[in-house]
Amino acid sequence: MQALYAQLLVGLINGSFYALLSLGLAVIFGMLNIINFAHGAVYMMGAFAAYFLLNLGGINYWWALLLAPIIVGIFGMILERTMLQWLTGLDHLYGLLLTFGIALIVQGVFQNYFGSSGLPYAIPDQLKGGMNLGFMFLPVYRGWVVIFSLVVCIATWFLIEKTRLGAYLRAATENPTLVRAFGVNVPRMITLTYGLGVGLAALAGVLSAPINQVRPLMGADLIIVVFAVVVIGGMGSIMGSIITGFALGVIEGMTKYFYPEASNTVVFVLMVLVLLVKPTGLTGRAA
Amino acid sequence: MTALTDDRLPAPPRAIRDEMIVFVVMALLLAAVPFSGIYPFFVMQALCFALLACAFNLLIGYGGLLSFGHAMFMGTAGYCSAHALKVWALPPELGILVGIAAAFGLSLITGFISIRRQGIYFSMITLALSQLLYFIYLQAPFTHGEDGIQGIPQGRMFGVFDLTKPTVLYYVVLVSFLAGFLLIYRIINSPFGEVLKAIRENEPRAISLGYRTDQYKFLAFVLSGTLAGFAGSLKVFVAQNASLTDVHWSMSGEVVLMTLVGGLGTIFGPVVGAFAIIAMQQYLASFGQWVTVIQGSIFVICVLTFRRGVIGEIAHYLRRSL
Repeated sequence: MQALYAQLLVGLINGSFYALLSLGLAVIFGMLNIINFAHGAVYMMGAFAAYFLLNLGGINYWWALLLAPIIVGIFGMILERTMLQWLTGLDHLYGLLLTFGIALIVQGVFQNYFGSSGLPYAIPDQLKGGMNLGFMFLPVYRGWVVIFSLVVCIATWFLIEKTRLGAYLRAATENPTLVRAFGVNVPRMITLTYGLGVGLAALAGVLSAPINQVRPLMGADLIIVVFAVVVIGGMGSIMGSIITGFALGVIEGMTKYFYPEASNTVVFVLMVLVLLVKPTGLTGRAA
Repeated sequence: MTALTDDRLPAPPRAIRDEMIVFVVMALLLAAVPFSGIYPFFVMQALCFALLACAFNLLIGYGGLLSFGHAMFMGTAGYCSAHALKVWALPPELGILVGIAAAFGLSLITGFISIRRQGIYFSMITLALSQLLYFIYLQAPFTHGEDGIQGIPQGRMFGVFDLTKPTVLYYVVLVSFLAGFLLIYRIINSPFGEVLKAIRENEPRAISLGYRTDQYKFLAFVLSGTLAGFAGSLKVFVAQNASLTDVHWSMSGEVVLMTLVGGLGTIFGPVVGAFAIIAMQQYLASFGQWVTVIQGSIFVICVLTFRRGVIGEIAHYLRRSL
């Protein structure tokens, strides 16, 4: 049973990353009508930002948790201002191609300087060690990742669904022209939204740095799984992305325990099954 | 809905004549390669990718569907051909047929699944399916995992053409490529191709005119996947191996790049794009990962400033369809 609980925990952690990443993808898609292929690359940049902050600036994990998403978010906003905004009105596919190109550039540059091997990032002192829960041993850091991600996801949900800013955002998603007529600066909102989505990915990167090491290609394969998560969940609902992300992480963890050979493929197989039964995705509207 | 490429009327006779002239020039130039001192291996490799890019272009350029998993057809056909040639010791022509049949079967299944969603979702689904297949091939015993299938015998095609001779192999690859190219050209200019273009431009209208657009898209997907498989089978004879790189997502990305550089929805664009990208990889091989950075930069530049691609720009300038 110990091993089962351990895999369940791994699944919850992966689920946190899926949730944070697919949440960002959904928010960006809602405002920009772009599928951000660079999402895996910015996730990696978040982890590297934390690594640089620690090793070059001596800035610890807690500050990195705040600063890395901001730094990467600003990078994202610059991308949006200089490149993505010119795609407005073009076919969605160009956004996919452009962000794919950006992902190749970013990953290529990091690979040049850091190779493909992993750089270690130590768990902060306050989160070292573990707790004995009676039925299993829980490393504190892993428990922290799950709870903190959950809090961030719910905060994002609250921001978008329950606040005035979120209402503007949802309105601009439905009809940007009309919202502009009310005097809201929609282009600036689009830039900020992209920054937010990218920042969430970077945050996931910081969280994963002590667990998975910091590697240039850490986001390259992850983003494809997240795409499958997004296809399964649909991008219509924020809460839908969060729940689907966590649920698929847990299912993947369970598969690792019961049938490890299929742990790489289970999310994709589920995607196929969902497409056969309910082509619009679990929470989705027609695209 | 904005159009992906230039609006074009059905090809008038003059356009067809232009295209045939360019085709003949291309065929003659390629036929002269063995006498020119250019390394034939490089051209053969480029021809395989050119056929793959043309097959991919049939789907994106004329059907408006961006598949981000086209490497799966090439890789699957490659593995199956390689297995048939090496383990079953089939002659080359049957080996190619096995590969094409495998790609055909795979495109039936993946097409049935992915065609249920449109636009951006279609791209994500094809990418996810190709990743699924990648992991299957990584674990399946017959692909030999990381090593791939190596040392594939080339044999005698139809019992006559000795494919171990580079020149013979070159002309077999060239003829296969030209045949595939003409087939795609015929599909594009058939009534089926016209309906496909109509769906790309305005799907609700095509539906209102009574076309079952899903069936047209499905057929385009299957044709594209099968032809991509043909390219994969040919590549087995050139490279004499079949490996995981041929099913990896980065390969699918390269095919997209080739077609984008040459010109989406142009007839000769994918060929030009394939030669350009393969040549770039050849000459910049010593720069390691910078090749990835350069490829990414080309993506960005093409999307931001150069959406018609090389051939698309030329065709636009000459006001011809190429």
